[in-house]
Amino acid sequence: MTQEPKLLEVSSQANYPYNYSAGRLLSFFFRALRDQQKIYGRKCSKCGKVYIPPRPVCGPCFAETNEWVEVGPKGTLECFTVVYFTFLDPMTGKKRPVPYGYGLIKLDRADTRIQHFLSLNDPRKIRVGMRVEAVFNEEREGKLSDIKWFRPVE
Amino acid sequence: MGRRAAIIATGQTVHKSKRREVNIVELIHEAVSDCLKDAEMTMADIDAVLIGNMEHFEGVYNADLWAVDGTGAWLKHGMKITTGGTTGASVAHAGYYHVASGMFDCVLCVGWEKQSDGDTTAGLIFQADPLFERATMSGAIGTFALAASEYMNRFGITEEQAARVAVKNRGNALNNPCAHLRKAITIENVLQSTPLAYPIKLLDMCPTSDGACALLVASEKIAKKKSPNPPAWFKALSTRHDQPFNSDLPLLINMRSLRDAAKEAYAQAGIKNPLKEIDVAELYEPCTFAELSWYEALGFCELGQGGKLMDSGATQMSGELPVNPSGGVISTNCIGATAMIRVAEAAIQVMGKGGARQVEGAKIALATGFGGSFWTELTILERD
Amino acid sequence: MPWLKGEALKQQEEILVFKQVLQVPYLYSAGPVVSRFLLALRDEQKLLGIKCPKCRLVFVPPRSTCGKCFSDLSQWVELSGKGTLETFTVVNYPEPIQPAKTPFILGVIKLDGADTGLPHLIGEAEEKDLVMGMRLEPVFQEKRTGHILDIKYFRPVNKDRA
Repeated sequence: MTQEPKLLEVSSQANYPYNYSAGRLLSFFFRALRDQQKIYGRKCSKCGKVYIPPRPVCGPCFAETNEWVEVGPKGTLECFTVVYFTFLDPMTGKKRPVPYGYGLIKLDRADTRIQHFLSLNDPRKIRVGMRVEAVFNEEREGKLSDIKWFRPVE
Repeated sequence: MGRRAAIIATGQTVHKSKRREVNIVELIHEAVSDCLKDAEMTMADIDAVLIGNMEHFEGVYNADLWAVDGTGAWLKHGMKITTGGTTGASVAHAGYYHVASGMFDCVLCVGWEKQSDGDTTAGLIFQADPLFERATMSGAIGTFALAASEYMNRFGITEEQAARVAVKNRGNALNNPCAHLRKAITIENVLQSTPLAYPIKLLDMCPTSDGACALLVASEKIAKKKSPNPPAWFKALSTRHDQPFNSDLPLLINMRSLRDAAKEAYAQAGIKNPLKEIDVAELYEPCTFAELSWYEALGFCELGQGGKLMDSGATQMSGELPVNPSGGVISTNCIGATAMIRVAEAAIQVMGKGGARQVEGAKIALATGFGGSFWTELTILERD
Repeated sequence: MPWLKGEALKQQEEILVFKQVLQVPYLYSAGPVVSRFLLALRDEQKLLGIKCPKCRLVFVPPRSTCGKCFSDLSQWVELSGKGTLETFTVVNYPEPIQPAKTPFILGVIKLDGADTGLPHLIGEAEEKDLVMGMRLEPVFQEKRTGHILDIKYFRPVNKDRA
């Protein structure tokens, strides 16, 4: 006599603990956010492009970056979205609060864009091409989140 | 190019939202058995087994040994390749290189993903930069939403034009018994569907699926002597990686890596007018806007004209260059297998085995692979 | 570019380290063969193996395909649960993901009637009592859920035990 096979599911919650060291280069960048409320890009020794996030090597040239260049705090919003769907955020173990706006911002004097939160979360109020500026938190820890978000320049 | 090699057989599972009645190894086995059946061969005929999946999703790493009972790789030469979304295509390319090198004659390539065993958006966080991207990231949906906003703004692409892609691909899926989503939709359905991240709505975006795909790459000797199917010869292959952050890439959606890969592949294949010379294309389109932009990146039309090309009907089944007769990624997305399914579907087209989804007389087919960091694998297959 | 040329860290230079604990939930579907094995642990406190019709090998843990000859497997074999200790180690370092508190003993048990070894915990024994090849038997949990840890551990067979 054949029966319908009973099927089990086994749950396994994985908690991966990591300690990412920023290294000397990025530590400079994060200390500058925390201590000076300044944003720095890193310039390629060959092509002169200013990269943010900063990095030790320019990929296309495969040459070292050799200079810190202060960028922003204003910039142009080149891409944006407002997230409506909520999902499990592995960093908190909880669902991420929605809606929230974020975008890709071309900071003044930088050649690449940076991804960060926007103060707005209504797509009707956001435009590609609008000018935005970084808003820093009162209390800062030396993390990208020391910049709370980017808000429209009045 | 090395010595000639062809895809001589393919296999797929029936892709579903949740295949809870099998475990991962059994899912793999289904595709592998299907492929061996299509080839009329057994594991004894196989020289090497190449595998790939996107490990974040199932949390089973170093699956090389663990999956052996499904992949048939016991005591065989093998390799695992994991390149995110492009995994399936990378594995297929590796299959080609194994055979083209002259060192292997018959290579089994397998890709899989059991999305329902894990949490897809949560899993994708591992791909985001820990210090700069994890706090904002919202999976593939968010990234495409960012990209689409720029695309719409610069070229006037509309949500209606994007919706046409979904209507086309979901309609095509009705002809594909393996596809996950097989229900026709209308432009209105797409525009009214639940907003996920502006401007991406539910029906603009691909599903997550459980599925696996396998294909057999063989040398000319084996292909000509033993293949029960007309061989789908590798005519051109290219891969391109770009810079580490999505925010580094100008006009993100237009895929600098795809443009560059296409140039090389077309040069290898001697193709000057892709719209005319390619008979069918299987693009890895996780969302509607991407497919429009990739018509441009692939040279089917000028920059910014993707929406117009869609409107013209050229990429419909009845058009000059049908795109995604299988239903595409918008109908099925088992990530580790998806890029291989594009190659397999391209092979199925040139073999003439497409059944209801066959593009008549297809001789040259193009397949693209995409990964969340915007790199590319591109394959061109042809029939003798 | 001092830091790219391996120059020594200046004494006051602060290097930042970011702690992240990523929590990802998985829910593995066991499939029919593994489910049967786990249900036998849970409901009958029995260990089952699965036999290949061609190779005659009996696999524990069971699986749907024989890795050696690629045949489909469906022939179940009920095992006594007793077996021999093939190898063991004492785990002394604590990690968040361990199945028991350190120090604990991990062993590979060759169950009577099986051709593959089963990794599991060894209990009711100290390292000095263990000898490769000694006889072991399973001890089941009071509350079982359909999980490999429904077996609490394997313990040395003691002829004096009631």
